[in-house]
Amino acid sequence: MSAAALEVRDLRKSYGANEAVAGISFRIEPGEVFGLLGPNGAGKTTTVEILEGYRKRDSGDVTVLGVDPELGGRALRERIGVVLQSSELPATLTVREVHRMFAGYYAHPRDVDEVIGLVGLEEKADARVKTLSGGQKRRLDLGLALVGDPELLFLDEPTTGFDPAARRTAWELVRALRGLGKTILLTTHYLDEAQQLADRVAVIRDGRIVKQGSPAQLIGIAPRVAIRYHEDGRDVVIETDEPTRVLAELTGVAAAAGRELESLEVVRPSLEDVYLDLIDNGSGNESP
Amino acid sequence: MRIFVHELRNQQRMFWRNRESAVFVFIFPPLLFLLLGAVYSDRIEGFRAADVLIVGLVGYGCANTALAGLAITLVIRREAGILKRIRATPLPATTYLTSVLGSTLIVFVLQMLLTIALGVVLYGAKGPENPLGMVAAALLGVACFAGLGFGATALIRSAEGSSAVVNLIVLPMAFLSGSFGPTRRYPDVLQWLADVLPLTYLIDLMNDIYLRGGSFVDHPKEIAIVAAWGLVGVAIAWRRFGWEPRER
Repeated sequence: MSAAALEVRDLRKSYGANEAVAGISFRIEPGEVFGLLGPNGAGKTTTVEILEGYRKRDSGDVTVLGVDPELGGRALRERIGVVLQSSELPATLTVREVHRMFAGYYAHPRDVDEVIGLVGLEEKADARVKTLSGGQKRRLDLGLALVGDPELLFLDEPTTGFDPAARRTAWELVRALRGLGKTILLTTHYLDEAQQLADRVAVIRDGRIVKQGSPAQLIGIAPRVAIRYHEDGRDVVIETDEPTRVLAELTGVAAAAGRELESLEVVRPSLEDVYLDLIDNGSGNESP
Repeated sequence: MRIFVHELRNQQRMFWRNRESAVFVFIFPPLLFLLLGAVYSDRIEGFRAADVLIVGLVGYGCANTALAGLAITLVIRREAGILKRIRATPLPATTYLTSVLGSTLIVFVLQMLLTIALGVVLYGAKGPENPLGMVAAALLGVACFAGLGFGATALIRSAEGSSAVVNLIVLPMAFLSGSFGPTRRYPDVLQWLADVLPLTYLIDLMNDIYLRGGSFVDHPKEIAIVAAWGLVGVAIAWRRFGWEPRER
């Protein structure tokens, strides 16, 4: 087995009594796009910030490009690129100037204009940061994460707050980065984003990984089909693995009795339902 | 060294591009000098008023640039997440902070030269009797107030409050220490307060060097007190300085 780009084993981190990360394990292969998917407060950002070297873990083994991020220091920071969940940049500098500023921090930076082109900001290269739209600022964040020519990229909720068109553009960009052979750890609370971009996804809830696999595998664990109708003034929902048989029985009985099943529908669960089912299941304490 | 020069350039570009910092930090003390110079036209304690005011406002400028300006800038950058983002790059923390310090020194030295030039051209000031001594005093002053500026950065929680907090410190201090005119007729209580403040001793030191041509090294007491204040600031920063936003 080749060396992992990133490996996490039984990672734990508490803030006071709150266990933000409660025993997480995963492994990312070189060149892979890995998605950490979960709702706000699930522990995604805490996990990523431990991997980026911002936080100390309470326990567990972590290696980033073969190095413990707590000890990696400058040499490790040469090899990683970071997009934080929220961070601003010097408002009065231009896009090109900020790229040059960051490029100067690295021993072997990429060509600044090439990076600006890669993130699609050519036309804004001489515009000041404060004049950029939200989506353009996020692309600038991406450009700065790339300018050091990193092997591994951390993207913490790179499209939160984007309109649908801007998200599509950002997705194209992440795919392009993947094409460059970069290893990417992406966090998101959008299921479709994880599905679109990630080779493998870990669904995280309350500091634990509740499911891990390829997007196809996650859909493969789809819950059952629901048959819904209206009867005697109330909604009836039947969940089943055998919709054909159940539906035949149901309609047979109703037809024989001369009744109409009001608002009859057969619903196949969406990805969203799969995801919600995963993150709600067993959490108990979240229901009122 | 290459990366220090690179970052020093970045810091300078950001300083001069930002109209608020360029006006408030760089222009404001020389502007006050112009106003006060128009009011005091005679002699102050046997010296030309313009020369006495130059020393006072250079002292104020030092505190305003290195304490107030530096702290406001760093708090704003910290709360915006800029400092946190930079910590994820290979730029060493010490290189970043020394380039901030170096940039502050450049701004203050230019400001000092501008104030003296204005005094000489407009108000007939003589200029410093001991120019090299003034350079030494400027270095000491920037070191002291930048130390306090790093300490203040560590203590201030929000970007919104930073300007109010530092001006609440710097402006009364400048008033008590004699930046805006002689303090001999101040009530005793204010003079006792002034006797504790670093700016009082920096201005005393600069007065002797600038007005009487005194030597920098002849003032171990003033140097020690000013340096001690700087170390207090550095000690606070050492314990409390953070790179991540406090209010998020």
